[in-house]
Amino acid sequence: MNAPLRRAGVVVLVLFGLIFANLNWIQAYKADEYRTASRNPRVTVAEYERPRGVIEADSGTALAENKATDDTLKYLRVYPKKEIYAPVLGYKPVSIGATGIESSENDFLSGESDKLFADRLSDMFTGEETGGGNVILSLKTKVQEVAWKQMTNNERGATKGAAVAIDPRTGAIQALVSMPSYDPNQLVTHDKTVASKAYQQLNADKDQPLLNRALSQTLPPGSTFKVIVSAAALQNGYDVDTEIPAGSEYKESGAVIHNAEDEVCPGGEISLKEALTESCNTGYAKLGVKLGADKVKAEAKAFGFEDDSLKVGDLESGDGLKVAASHTGNIANPDGSTDKGALAQSSIGQRDVRMTPLQGALIAATVANGGEQKRPYLVQKLLSPDRRTIYTASPKTKANPIDGKVASKLKEMMVSVVENGTGKKAQIDGMTVGGKTGTAQNAEGADPHGWFIGFAFNDKGEAVSAVCVMLENVSGGHASAEAARIAGLIMKAAAGSGGN
Amino acid sequence: MKTRRNAELGLLGFAMLLVATFGWTVEANQYGTVSATFWVPAVLLSILFLGLHVVVRLTAPYADPVLIPAVALINGIGVAFLRRLDIARAIAQKDPMPGVFAGTGGRQLAWTLASLILAAVLLLVVRDHKIVSRYAYTLGLAGIVLVMIPAVLPGSLSEVNGAKLWIKFGAFSIQPGEFAKLALVSFFAYYLVRKREVLSLASHRVLGLDFPRGRDLGPVLTVWLLSLLVLVFEKDLGTALMYFGLFVVTLYVATERSSWLIIGLLLFFGGVYVAYLLGEAVGGPFANFYDRASIWLDPFAPKYIDNEGYQLVQGLFGLGSGGLFGSGPGAGSPGFIPEVRTDFIFAGLGEEIGLFGLSALLVTYLLIVERGLRAALAVRDSFGKLVAGGLAFTLGLQVFVILGGITGLIPLTGQTTPFLSAGGSSLMANWLLVAMLLRISNAARGPAAGGVGPDRPGPKKAPTQLHGAMTEVIKP
Repeated sequence: MNAPLRRAGVVVLVLFGLIFANLNWIQAYKADEYRTASRNPRVTVAEYERPRGVIEADSGTALAENKATDDTLKYLRVYPKKEIYAPVLGYKPVSIGATGIESSENDFLSGESDKLFADRLSDMFTGEETGGGNVILSLKTKVQEVAWKQMTNNERGATKGAAVAIDPRTGAIQALVSMPSYDPNQLVTHDKTVASKAYQQLNADKDQPLLNRALSQTLPPGSTFKVIVSAAALQNGYDVDTEIPAGSEYKESGAVIHNAEDEVCPGGEISLKEALTESCNTGYAKLGVKLGADKVKAEAKAFGFEDDSLKVGDLESGDGLKVAASHTGNIANPDGSTDKGALAQSSIGQRDVRMTPLQGALIAATVANGGEQKRPYLVQKLLSPDRRTIYTASPKTKANPIDGKVASKLKEMMVSVVENGTGKKAQIDGMTVGGKTGTAQNAEGADPHGWFIGFAFNDKGEAVSAVCVMLENVSGGHASAEAARIAGLIMKAAAGSGGN
Repeated sequence: MKTRRNAELGLLGFAMLLVATFGWTVEANQYGTVSATFWVPAVLLSILFLGLHVVVRLTAPYADPVLIPAVALINGIGVAFLRRLDIARAIAQKDPMPGVFAGTGGRQLAWTLASLILAAVLLLVVRDHKIVSRYAYTLGLAGIVLVMIPAVLPGSLSEVNGAKLWIKFGAFSIQPGEFAKLALVSFFAYYLVRKREVLSLASHRVLGLDFPRGRDLGPVLTVWLLSLLVLVFEKDLGTALMYFGLFVVTLYVATERSSWLIIGLLLFFGGVYVAYLLGEAVGGPFANFYDRASIWLDPFAPKYIDNEGYQLVQGLFGLGSGGLFGSGPGAGSPGFIPEVRTDFIFAGLGEEIGLFGLSALLVTYLLIVERGLRAALAVRDSFGKLVAGGLAFTLGLQVFVILGGITGLIPLTGQTTPFLSAGGSSLMANWLLVAMLLRISNAARGPAAGGVGPDRPGPKKAPTQLHGAMTEVIKP
């Protein structure tokens, strides 16, 4: 019996050898992967060992900071301005995934970025735990807070909408509001069940407070799209005073186009500038059909439509908040030929045309900046834990959809809209304001969305701000008038806090 | 031959020194300072083990000197680690440092006392391991009953974490399977010593291997069916693997026919595979096993990572976070691992003592098993060989099943980690197992050949006339 006993001993040896080999696999080969896995709660605890970097507005106001606690996670993230900045900042919860700047700048905020290597190295020698790097946003508190206040207290009782303000010369985002918003503090509480309950509640809310309406949602832009069609026309031989055919009604391949009111361009012809000023639907529908689908689509694309790779955040890393692509739609029949009815409707921003509020602001900014479109960004500066500047945003050109001549003609036309036409509510004393309103039909029986895209020049002739305001389902008619009023106040705030 | 009792005492002292060091490090890491009483649990344990040592000196002077220190080391580390978890909990709840007998660590200390008393009683009462063969059928019946009780009880009285291995009354619960393995090994050994001639001689040769006759397969098939029933109704692969493995190995040792091993392995893994396929196709009683196998195949799958696979994944994270050297006792976060006091204690420990510490622990287990097998090799009677071999192998198999489970080598099952995890049943049963190995190794290393000599200690009424005739058939 001894031989089998010896063999049984060998079997045990082999079984233990397997365990030993597997332990080597886990504790040596896979150890780093397991040690740093995001699901490993030790990673979370380590993350909270040192204070996360602070996120500040342009003026130095803290938007996301830390409070020391006495539980296992040593710091609690606090967002003192609650819902106002939430769509930009996002949140950094214990167990749910982070969003917004908290997510895109996580490496820097947590102190793990390579940019902070030297700081970490010196910490090793001094034995200090200095925490993560600080992020300074381009947002201006005054502009943001005016925008938030005006949006949430709008005179029409609209509950959903978005506003974006950009510095046309740099692409720095001055304000970004999405309404309704949410209080991120409830999501970052260390009590995971409370946080996940709050998250589920927000996620299930039919008004979608977690949706960033300025960046992630596309809606029919209505007449604001006429700026694109105007640009296409100006690049194809038209001029500001070129007469274009109009009329009170336009039938094209089954589509019927009317004007907003009977007194708008009832005559046979109207100049391009007048057509934009009065927002003449029949004129632009005919103009679009005349130009052809390819030219309209190409112009929209040049301004940034169809681009699904844009992220606004850090110009250096290119990381940031994802921007949904705006679309013109197909404008084609099933056989591939142009659907002229669809083209007529698309030329006034209806049918399948969809735009993000950011894209609207970019159009206005491009016109204001002489045709040069700056890449929008949110991260102005990165500071080391001891507040040494590590990075300052240097503006980048994103595209040059139109040349300076076309831009100045478009500017002239858009200024006329605010001075004489549908955008009068956006006027600001002592400043030159241009823009375009939009009232977009969206669903049978639903109130239209009100849009305004525009820009403002100060008395020195500097383009200080370009904005887009969008209010969903505005009741009481003239949906875009309220958007224009809010846009005017936002641009006024932006000019007030100084261009540079 | 020398008794080597002083070597045992020295090794025991060394083991207790390690346990005291563990306790010291835990307090240093958890509190930043070490209390004046950090040594109390280690000294209490030392006194207990010293008691057993004295009993061994008196009743089994030639017993293997490595067994008690090795087991004492693991048991002591277990108590110290459970106390470490109690300390962490007390700190989290802002309570003062738990007393020596408080919490899971304190209870484990008390269980150790009870287990050592049982082991000492066994050594005192069973002066000759062959006495056990007199009660073989009683033990066999008891073993089967113990195995089957949890299977027939309703889930509310027997199920913990999906495995029906328990008998629960109120706050108190026992795992009868732990004791069943002792009884079943004794029964198998007795049965096989009587039957080995038939089982090993009558055979036909196929492909160079001797295969048994069809009618001799009966008992093997019975045990195979029994273990598959355990698999299905107690929802536990590990237990099934243990019972079946223990039977096949004793059968193999008794008959020296490797064909039994091949038949056994084919039957077992065939059965397991069929159960897996059935679980996938029809579910029902096989569903649990199918689920466990699926989790084992990919615990990180999004479907499992936060649900059924959570504990396995957290165990792996614990082990991985420990790395080669571990964080040091008291410096890790084993509290994140579910069931860290019982099934996953090895993973929790692994975070703090690292790959090197776990390897040392693994070697200690290996030492116990191989020492048990050595006693089996050296003892002169077949019954003793089979009991010692079977018990030692079963212990090794159990360590493999649970450690393989938590390291993701095989599907996870609800086995306890012998001597380490919290729980009285497991500790008592395994100390009884060690006592039995001590008894047999005493016979093996003792001066009396065959253990039936006139100078053999113990009662005069040696039951040799009946059993000796059967068991002492030693082949030339």
